[in-house]
Amino acid sequence: MNALVHVAAALPAREGDIKAPSIEYSSLSPFLIIFGVALAGVLVEAFVPRRVRRGVQIGLAAAGLIAALVAVIVLHNHREIVAVGAVAVDGPALFLEGSILLLALGAVLLLAERSGDATGGALVAEPAALPGTPQAGELLLSRETVTAVYPLLVFAVGGMMLFAASNTLLVMFVALEILSLPLYLMAGMARRKRLLSQEAAMKYFLLGAFASAFFIYGVAMIYGYAGSVDLGKIHDAVGSSTHNDTYLYLGMAMLAIGLLFKVGAVPFHSWQPDVYEGAPTPVTAFMMTCTKVASFGALLRVLYVAFGDTRWDWRPFMWAIAILTMVVGGVLAITQSDVKRMLAYSTIAHAGFILVGVTASNRDGLAGAMFYVLTYGFATIGAFAIVGLVRSGGSEATHLSQWAGLGKRAPFLAGCFAFFLLAFTGIPLTSGFIAKFAVFSAAISGHAVGLVVIGVIVSAVTGFFYARVVVLMFFTEPAPDGPTVALPSFFAAAALGLGIAVTLVLGVIPSSVLDLAHDAAQFVR
Amino acid sequence: MTQGFPWIDVLGGIPLLGAVVVALAPPARDLLVKRVALLFSLATLVVAIAMSANYDTDKAGYQFVQDYSWIKQFGAHWAVGVDGIALVLIDLVAILVPVVILASWHDATPTDDGDGPTRHGGLRLGPRSVRGFFALMLAMETLLIGVFGATDVLLFYVFFEAMLVPMFFLIGSYGGPGRSYASIKFLLYSLFGGLAMLASVIGLYVESVQQFGHGTFQLQALQQLELSHTLQNWLFLGFFLAFAIKAPMWPFHTWLPDAGAEGPIGGSVMLVGVLDKVGTFGFIRYCIPLFPDASKTFAPYIIAFAIVGILYGGLVAIVQKDLKRLVSYTSIAHFGFIVMGVFAFTSQGGSGAVLYMVNHGLSTGALFLVVGFLIARRGSRNIPDYGGMAKPAPLLAGVFLFAGLSSLALPGMSTFVSEFLVLVGTFTRYPAAAVVAVTGIVLAALYILVMFQRTMHGPVSAGLEAVKDLSVREVFVIAPLMALILFLGFYPKPVTDVITPSVQATYDHAGRHDPPPVVHTAGNRDGAAAQTDAAASSSGDAK
Repeated sequence: MNALVHVAAALPAREGDIKAPSIEYSSLSPFLIIFGVALAGVLVEAFVPRRVRRGVQIGLAAAGLIAALVAVIVLHNHREIVAVGAVAVDGPALFLEGSILLLALGAVLLLAERSGDATGGALVAEPAALPGTPQAGELLLSRETVTAVYPLLVFAVGGMMLFAASNTLLVMFVALEILSLPLYLMAGMARRKRLLSQEAAMKYFLLGAFASAFFIYGVAMIYGYAGSVDLGKIHDAVGSSTHNDTYLYLGMAMLAIGLLFKVGAVPFHSWQPDVYEGAPTPVTAFMMTCTKVASFGALLRVLYVAFGDTRWDWRPFMWAIAILTMVVGGVLAITQSDVKRMLAYSTIAHAGFILVGVTASNRDGLAGAMFYVLTYGFATIGAFAIVGLVRSGGSEATHLSQWAGLGKRAPFLAGCFAFFLLAFTGIPLTSGFIAKFAVFSAAISGHAVGLVVIGVIVSAVTGFFYARVVVLMFFTEPAPDGPTVALPSFFAAAALGLGIAVTLVLGVIPSSVLDLAHDAAQFVR
Repeated sequence: MTQGFPWIDVLGGIPLLGAVVVALAPPARDLLVKRVALLFSLATLVVAIAMSANYDTDKAGYQFVQDYSWIKQFGAHWAVGVDGIALVLIDLVAILVPVVILASWHDATPTDDGDGPTRHGGLRLGPRSVRGFFALMLAMETLLIGVFGATDVLLFYVFFEAMLVPMFFLIGSYGGPGRSYASIKFLLYSLFGGLAMLASVIGLYVESVQQFGHGTFQLQALQQLELSHTLQNWLFLGFFLAFAIKAPMWPFHTWLPDAGAEGPIGGSVMLVGVLDKVGTFGFIRYCIPLFPDASKTFAPYIIAFAIVGILYGGLVAIVQKDLKRLVSYTSIAHFGFIVMGVFAFTSQGGSGAVLYMVNHGLSTGALFLVVGFLIARRGSRNIPDYGGMAKPAPLLAGVFLFAGLSSLALPGMSTFVSEFLVLVGTFTRYPAAAVVAVTGIVLAALYILVMFQRTMHGPVSAGLEAVKDLSVREVFVIAPLMALILFLGFYPKPVTDVITPSVQATYDHAGRHDPPPVVHTAGNRDGAAAQTDAAASSSGDAK
């Protein structure tokens, strides 16, 4: 990012009078901390002995995330555009950065958990080893695990935070790449089912590259239209209406494709089930939560800040996308027989619910969507903590039939999972209900009654497949050769506890966080 | 903003505390768990009685009101309070829960303690958590008290939906062979209805934001909203669907026979006795006051549905071979009466309907419990498996007859009073409907007496010769209900005194007044009808 600032600074240099651009380091402190920690993590990888490396990396990543979170909290009243117009420090940015950091902390806990696997955890030591070779067989059972995943995760977190906070399309594109590249790698690191994992990484990379191409093409179009990549200037250009609208609509469409791909909206959703199934479970949780927060942040920022005045043009399309996303996600999830795939399709349906809030295009909708991604993220982290613990013959028992009778084998964990499923369904006294209420009420006040009616019907549909899992876990007799349930160590227990606590507390007394989201729901331009 | 002692909070808090205590109890201390659960439910009953004693029948509006800001962004409040209608239903809950807990004493026992599965005809599958059963029961009591006590629409919705969860687990974990199917069906029907209501709740909320400048869910405030005719109809339908599924009204009833038949006896008593009353309670508490015009528009159709339910429930009940399904179908018929009474918009009909809710809870509760006693002895729900039980178990047969007669509303039983009130109240506004509904009584006599005859009389069927008569515990379970049924049959005044002013106030607020009493003097039916219409149109023009 510094390089970018230098480029920006270099432009007026031709005039002869070199003026150093003012960089508000304190306002950028969360980013500086995160990228600093990521770089330090790379150094740790190179110089710290293998024996202690894992512990150091976990500690470093966690400390970095917490420090950045503190920085975000310190900044919470700032409303400004910094770094020569590149980065916005405003309510939505700070709220979403905080959400990403908290959820990433949960993901780090999941990554650090290794009690589920009798060996070294969910990640393989040498992701580059070819499946089927003797080396791969050794790796499967080795106590070693790849530790580079922690700096990668922190890099991705930095990219995500920047994605949600960037005030120009170019910075947004750079952020998109910073967040995507580590994810492509992380998706391929599963210890078991290596081929599936590598397939997931490959698919994600190829489709992600397409999406990035669409995005950058859209940026070019918009630049052609507005003469700037700055979101505020694009907004001004849209208002002055002396430009060729063709570029505007083409550019908007392509930007939207790039962003909706990351969000996982239908019809750009097809990568999700495969990637979420194949990626290591903690990484899946990370992608489902943090990436979702960041990409919704970027989508909201582009739609509200740059294209707020053309909302009458984009709203019908976004309505259609929201409806498609809810319906396709909800219906396809019914037919799934694998826990991770089911959660993948359900996450598509939830993206649809969040889009309902996005399309409301009012402050309540923005606040509702932000609240939704946060609460959904915590429930997801908790649910995946449990998915990682249900094991059969060493690997995760993700087939739903294996979960039969889990309530008898491990009543507490199954009860927690059922609680998260209730939250996903939107049953009151869980955060899921409050979140759904927030986006639906925003949509109705935005005159999108039809969307809400469809959302309500899809909610009932999602209720079916969530309830089916509960029935499997509690009302079905366990199979004699059923999976074992590992006793969680500190890490998974902490992630699970975090998920339960947040889901329950935000379901019963959501006032303070709703307040926070509502206060934050104002972009600077 | 608090006024006086927080009766309802305390009342709801006791079973919740009990649920937590029971859930955290050490495993393998089943007897202790049961005693603790019973103790908490009895404590709730004591508080409920004390609260009822403090209820002032002369004061209009809600009493024991508590109001705290809960989610200030949505304007939602923790607002509770009871009027007469809610009070009697809360009392019903408080009475039924200890009874059910005592009745379920052996129900949730693991099968491997000698109480083997053979004796229960395969109705019990594997050991189940005793703690879980009683904790769920107590949690449900809390939620039911909340549902009846809430005066904030969002708070009501929260309890309304949250209530599904314990019931879902009660049916699914402790029910019969078809419990998975029954529990999912129950959940999905209720969830769908609840979500339809959610859409309407949000609609009301958004409307309140637009009209008042700030969102609110307070029932009294929402009643002041000026809703356009179309909007009112749509919002009404959202609420109506939720309550009609919950009640359940024909044609939304198909989940009840499954849930009622597959659920454990205790769960079925709670389900049919109280949970379903939430639907009919919702009509009178939410549909009519919030949407008076829409209620008036739809009332004739609703009454038509109710009559279909009365006849259909009765006819289908006659041909049932499964005892629990039979009782469930009788309930569908009874719910038809209640709904008819509510939407007749006469104070007699309304009071009768509310009294019917209470009496139905008692009588069907008793009937389900006796059926449970039968099943515990025979291990079968099939009527043909029984026969001649009156010979070895005369006391049981007597109690069964009593419960059956109360279900068919024999004079002298409390149910007679309410059924009579409903029919009279309906007759003054919709004479034809009342006339058709009366056939339901004939059907009731048929299904009850045929069931009694098949199970209790005739030759003693094989294996029943040595069946035991009622145990002391079972007598304690059923006696309070029988006493109440008899008492309210002869002297319903204490309850009607509480109910009638509240029902009257509800209808008055909705602008629906009783048709003038002309039947005795003028004898001119046409004139009465004309006056009724005039009264209705003059008062109903609030829109």
